[in-house]
Amino acid sequence: MSGRITSTDVLVIGGGLAGERCAIEAAAAGHDVLILSLVPPRRSHSCAAQGGMQAALGNCVKAEGDSPEVHYLDTVRGSDWGADQEVARIFAEAAPIAVRELAHFGVPWTRVKGGSNSYFIKGERVNIDEALENDGLIMHRDFGGTAKWRACYAGAGTGHSALYAIDSEVVRLGVTVRDRAEAVELIHEGGRCHGVVARCLRTGDHSAILAKATVIATGGHGRIYGQYTTNATINEGTGAAIALNTGVVPLGNMEAVQFHPTALSPSGILVTEGCRGDGGYLLDKELNRFMVEAEPEKQELASRDVVSRHMARRMRDGHGVQTEHGPHLWLDVRHLGDEHLKTKLREVWEICRDFVGLDPAKDLIPVRPTQHYSMGGVRVNKEGEAYNMAGLFAVGEASCWDMHGFNRLGGNSLAETIVSGRLVGRHIAKTIGAGGVDVDTRVANEAVKKAEERAARLLAAEGSGPGAYEIRDAMAEVMIGRVGIFRTGEELALAVNELKELLVKCDNIVLRSKVPGMNPELTFALRIKNMVRLSLITAMGALARTESRGAHFRSDHPLRDDAKWLNRTLARWPELSDAPEISYEPVGVLDLPPGHRGYGRDERIEMEQTIEDYNQGVEQAQSEQGKLPTEGWQ
Amino acid sequence: MSEANENRRLKFEIFRYNPQDPDSAPHMQSFEINELPYMSLFMALNEIREKQDPSLQFDFACRSAICGSCGMMVNGRPNLGCRTQTSDLPDVIRLHPLPVFKLVGDLSVDTGIWFREMAEKTEAWIHAEKAFDPDAQEDRMDDELAQSIYDSDRCIECGCCVASCGVANVKGDFAGPAGLNRMARFAMDPRDTRDDSDWYEVISNENGVFGCIGMMACHDICPKELPLLEIYAYLRRKAVASALA
Repeated sequence: MSGRITSTDVLVIGGGLAGERCAIEAAAAGHDVLILSLVPPRRSHSCAAQGGMQAALGNCVKAEGDSPEVHYLDTVRGSDWGADQEVARIFAEAAPIAVRELAHFGVPWTRVKGGSNSYFIKGERVNIDEALENDGLIMHRDFGGTAKWRACYAGAGTGHSALYAIDSEVVRLGVTVRDRAEAVELIHEGGRCHGVVARCLRTGDHSAILAKATVIATGGHGRIYGQYTTNATINEGTGAAIALNTGVVPLGNMEAVQFHPTALSPSGILVTEGCRGDGGYLLDKELNRFMVEAEPEKQELASRDVVSRHMARRMRDGHGVQTEHGPHLWLDVRHLGDEHLKTKLREVWEICRDFVGLDPAKDLIPVRPTQHYSMGGVRVNKEGEAYNMAGLFAVGEASCWDMHGFNRLGGNSLAETIVSGRLVGRHIAKTIGAGGVDVDTRVANEAVKKAEERAARLLAAEGSGPGAYEIRDAMAEVMIGRVGIFRTGEELALAVNELKELLVKCDNIVLRSKVPGMNPELTFALRIKNMVRLSLITAMGALARTESRGAHFRSDHPLRDDAKWLNRTLARWPELSDAPEISYEPVGVLDLPPGHRGYGRDERIEMEQTIEDYNQGVEQAQSEQGKLPTEGWQ
Repeated sequence: MSEANENRRLKFEIFRYNPQDPDSAPHMQSFEINELPYMSLFMALNEIREKQDPSLQFDFACRSAICGSCGMMVNGRPNLGCRTQTSDLPDVIRLHPLPVFKLVGDLSVDTGIWFREMAEKTEAWIHAEKAFDPDAQEDRMDDELAQSIYDSDRCIECGCCVASCGVANVKGDFAGPAGLNRMARFAMDPRDTRDDSDWYEVISNENGVFGCIGMMACHDICPKELPLLEIYAYLRRKAVASALA
């Protein structure tokens, strides 16, 4: 059995931006690092981030007066006060450094051009003189929900360029990458994580990878919404699920699900917020710019949850363009001109040509809100340590660190990946012990054997049971139909029941393909039960939360309720239990008191506690939920 | 892109071989499906796998032509499966895995390992002279230069160019079009401090730009439309300049 066990200091699950940024930090400090990735790292979904990365460099005229403080305030307001404010501040202060470091690693950031520049702002063409002394610094574009132009960008391929730059560092440092491999189970004993059982997606073989520190960096889980997501097919929540399956590690705020306003209809392919940042309009079927009336101040650049709700209402009220795939609205970037579209928004121009046969310089782009980002994930403390499990960490979208609360600002996730990867990688490098992995190989071998048996059982099942794809399609319809942009208690209760039924079905799956090797049907069937579990937690959290906050909007409870719900949902799935346990903790120490976000009417239910009383209870309440003391995981 | 004929019955002939299965031998297998509007090979192949043969192996991730996972031979020509619309193809669609790369199974090939080795051989990273200074403002760069680097940085390493390259198909050590593009991307970047003699070693040999015999299929098929013609001309000039230096 020993050939099936590998050891390393730091194991990073996921080769996207967050995972790789964490990996190079630990590797540069001299630790042995292994990256496990479903796909070659450069194919990770970070590459799909288009428009920008938020960092308050304040380099152009429309960014004047920007600072980490302003960025922090935007982030907390954007989160609808659901964020951990301490984390949001750590993030905003580190973002400029992390972005400049990416320049050092080679990202070809778009630069400030000193002198006269022409922009589109709120429907007007405006000429602005950029200071000559800022010529050649990193440029910013406008994004939703921010007080200043802050998004740093490389064309409309920001995530791609960042990922390639970071992966180049992975190559330079000689970090081992095992691609086409999936972490299917965490190896843990007595509240301590020792690595994973990995399944090779070339051969289907299982093996153990033991590590002193294990980092979950597997991105989001948008595919629980089936095809109704901008996410890649690999975003199936594999990392969140193995944390959940320990029985003790909680996931945070799973009901906080972001819908991006402009996904291409019907394919769901992302069209960047940079289109609206650069001056694009949203139009209804009558070609009205409805966002001007709906949100006179921010217009198309209100926060994503706000814009998505206005769009959904507009379509519900009969102003959408009807098609056989349902209604859509229009994104209009024609006035930005051919040259702008083919340089600063080139990826959008290509996507329009390749996937809908349109030229955005001449044609309107069919768009509709679509699932895009998982604010929820593996709950971690500010050092990235998972609750209740020493030696386990999470970074990026897979985590709930929690700087996004109930609505993430555009461009903040890309910045989070490199900021959290950098900080958590540094924390691990500093605190990791000098000795070897301290675990009995028996524990590892048993975990491998268990995973092998699970796969073998699935492969051997005969009869007329349901197929894995059939369960996926049913799950997706429940999620988009009942756990979408507008939610009600009645619909959510139905969703919970239907998902529970699907969960039972998962145990009766029968495969049609029995071929040896990775067997794509088996690979998916091994994931689907985990996906239904994540869906059920999402629906249960949404059902319980009888308020509206950020992206979680309850039509039957339309107000934000700071008296009752200024907290974070935590969900654990105890071993052998057929349902999760839901509990709550305070969002964190409040610095910016809850207030009006700036959209619609200022109506909410105020806190009853004083800020001082709230803040006093935070540490103890979070410790009771399993938060590990920082610097103490060894 | 043309409108799909909704009544069209598409016939797929797909290369099949599962190296993990001792009973499997390379062969072509036929499938038929009904064409739908805006049907891509991503949609078509998933339908075949989910409704007809769940053992079929292929790779997709982003399904929006940016991750580079789904390079395949489509009627003899390399392309990304996700951005290939069936309406642009005849009734019979023949799919093979990309050549050059090691086969994983059916249409799935191992591009990750090939590109990692290429990156190691060409040292495709910024060779910085000084360490990063977290307290300093970023070094300046002219926006036009940033744009030129970005134009070449846009390569998604899908492998279509490598598959289409007459040299890469017969000569394992050749950097290939994507490899040459990587060299140019770093050579033109002032943050990379490699000098002429360093670059001479990388570029100016039969595995570098002088291995290219100028058939330029790469330039014609590149799904991201990289300016490969100009990039090779740049590398040749760089090679001559570094030889003279």
